Amino acid sequence: MALIDLANPTRFLGFAGKLLPWLAAATLFAFAVGVAQVLSAPDDYQQGATVKIMFIHVPAASLSLVIWGLMSAAALGTLVWRHPLADVAAKSAAPIGAGFTLLCLLTGALWGRPMWGAYWVWDARLTSELVLFLMYLGVIALWHTVEDPARAARAAAVLALVGLINLPIIKFSVDWWNTLHQPASILRLGGPAIHESILVPLAAMAVAFILLFVTLHLAAMRNEILRRRVRTLRMLQAQGA
Amino acid sequence: MSQVVVPRDKADRGSRLARPTPSRPAPPAEWPLMRLVASALSCVRGGREVFSGLEFAAAAGDLVAIIGPNGAGKSSLLRLVAGLVPIASGQLALEGGAPDLPLAEQAHYLGHLDALKPSLSVAENLQFWAAYLGEGGLPVAGALDAVGLLGLADLPAAYLSAGQRRRLSVARLLVAERPIWLLDEPTSALDAAAQQRLVELMRAHLNRRGIILAATHAPLGIEGARELCLGGTP
Amino acid sequence: MTALSALLVRDMRLTLRVGGGALMGVLFFLVVVTLVPFAIGPDLALLARIGPAILWLGALLASLLALDRLFASDHDDGSLDLVMMGRMPLELAVAVKALAHWLTTGLPLVIAVPVLGLFLNLDGTAIGAAALTLLVGTPALTLIGMIGAALAVVLRRGGLLVPVLVLPLTIPVLIFGVAAANAAVVGPVPFGTPFTILCALTLVGLVIGPVASAAALRHGME
Repeated sequence: MALIDLANPTRFLGFAGKLLPWLAAATLFAFAVGVAQVLSAPDDYQQGATVKIMFIHVPAASLSLVIWGLMSAAALGTLVWRHPLADVAAKSAAPIGAGFTLLCLLTGALWGRPMWGAYWVWDARLTSELVLFLMYLGVIALWHTVEDPARAARAAAVLALVGLINLPIIKFSVDWWNTLHQPASILRLGGPAIHESILVPLAAMAVAFILLFVTLHLAAMRNEILRRRVRTLRMLQAQGA
Repeated sequence: MSQVVVPRDKADRGSRLARPTPSRPAPPAEWPLMRLVASALSCVRGGREVFSGLEFAAAAGDLVAIIGPNGAGKSSLLRLVAGLVPIASGQLALEGGAPDLPLAEQAHYLGHLDALKPSLSVAENLQFWAAYLGEGGLPVAGALDAVGLLGLADLPAAYLSAGQRRRLSVARLLVAERPIWLLDEPTSALDAAAQQRLVELMRAHLNRRGIILAATHAPLGIEGARELCLGGTP
Repeated sequence: MTALSALLVRDMRLTLRVGGGALMGVLFFLVVVTLVPFAIGPDLALLARIGPAILWLGALLASLLALDRLFASDHDDGSLDLVMMGRMPLELAVAVKALAHWLTTGLPLVIAVPVLGLFLNLDGTAIGAAALTLLVGTPALTLIGMIGAALAVVLRRGGLLVPVLVLPLTIPVLIFGVAAANAAVVGPVPFGTPFTILCALTLVGLVIGPVASAAALRHGME
């Protein structure tokens, strides 16, 4: 069965249904490993144990950006290639992306209070991440306001592509502006600047978060396909009576 | 005992705020003998006098078919009796009706618009009107069954066709008991079977000594219907 | 179910099911509050000083958003005709619609205030004062705004007419609301003075709003 066969919603449903239990188990296992790594990681000499918020904050932040990128790729699928499942993927990804963005903002605020003395400052990275959160909410609102999924798909696709401009702003905000937020430590020229005793737990948690996203996303896509089928059946039922 | 409705002024509805809601007796199997009488009635809408000097009387069990060319004032007359358009001059009275209720609260109005909320289900739409418009009448399921929509009760009203929406509006006449029915082109958008069902419901209402005023282009097929001709010969 | 509760439940269901529901107003509130630091710079001390005013302005604009649909959707599909023919006095029906509007639009704004207060660097007292004044003031905004909505429906004009009609009427509410919120933080005026006037404005709105709106609807019907 080639990948292109998954474009058929029915086959996708079957595929997702079989894969989901395995993915869920893998996610749980990855989180178990990740949490164990986090608990055994060393404390920071200044912050103590609070630094471990980072192990949730950083993967959530990265995922919030990656998911928007995924939505944009799906948007291209909708607008350019007319892939049948592209808009389902985009619609399902939006709430999950918003959730990770919110998690990033909340953990950041909780971390900022002991570190900087404030829950929130209007510096470049925090503000652009907040703008990303608002854009996620805007896309979700768009999906819910338009009743016909096909029309909503095209509008949301345009919005996703337009919002792509925010991603490099977030990533490079710590370099371009004088910000309070810590500059890039991993994805930078010259390689990661963190010791492996912190890097390994971070990588483990990142893998766990990614698996979590894939599981949630597949489940959400399944639900969306089923939801659209119910809608079609209801319309047919109305026509019949 | 007759109740005369004079041309509306501000005091008409406002005073009801002070009065306690009277308890209603159970709706009758048959309505008491009533007569809807209009004398020298005139109506002004949008600055234009739509009709003037109109006289008619509708007794219990009467179907009055309002006919006339477009723009003659058929819809305006129905809205005037429903209390939605003020009476410019003349008098409109319901003799034998409930003395403490204005005419508008003793009439059902079925206009061109269907008063349907697309985001509510069929049953939810009807349940609201049943609770809001008064007591008596069929239960919601019974009313839906009478118009043939019982199978679609939980469907969002957005999915209904034009004919089904009209049938749902007709069901609204059945869930609250009111003696006067004001129907504006009731058979529009209805197919033959649905029209037949509507005619039977109207006959049943007339048999209970209700009064129906219906603006219509086509004959309704009810014996003994009287014609009220507006705007010259049709 | 009585007519009153049926109308309340229906209006709340409609707001919650259509077009994003209660969260649209909160989202707009969030966007407005976020825009201000972009405009005036991230000076936290300044933001804390004008924070209550920003919250009040945002709540005012967000309340206004949903107002023009209050009567327009009922008017457009013919429900308003039937509502006027019901057993309930129109003033009461209009008041119930205002209550449904406040519960689904105004109250979520009040609940969002603590979070937005954090963005504006407000301390606990300021957040509490802002939330309390908004809790008492948003009903006034709904009730007074309803008059503009009724007039706009009757005059059959959409767009900016409702805000233009309504905003001048809501200025007293805004003045005393912000004054009360600031008084709790800065003084020297005691909190009670502007706050009781704010309560009075809401109570006045409770009478004038439904009566004026019902009169506008009744006399504008054609």
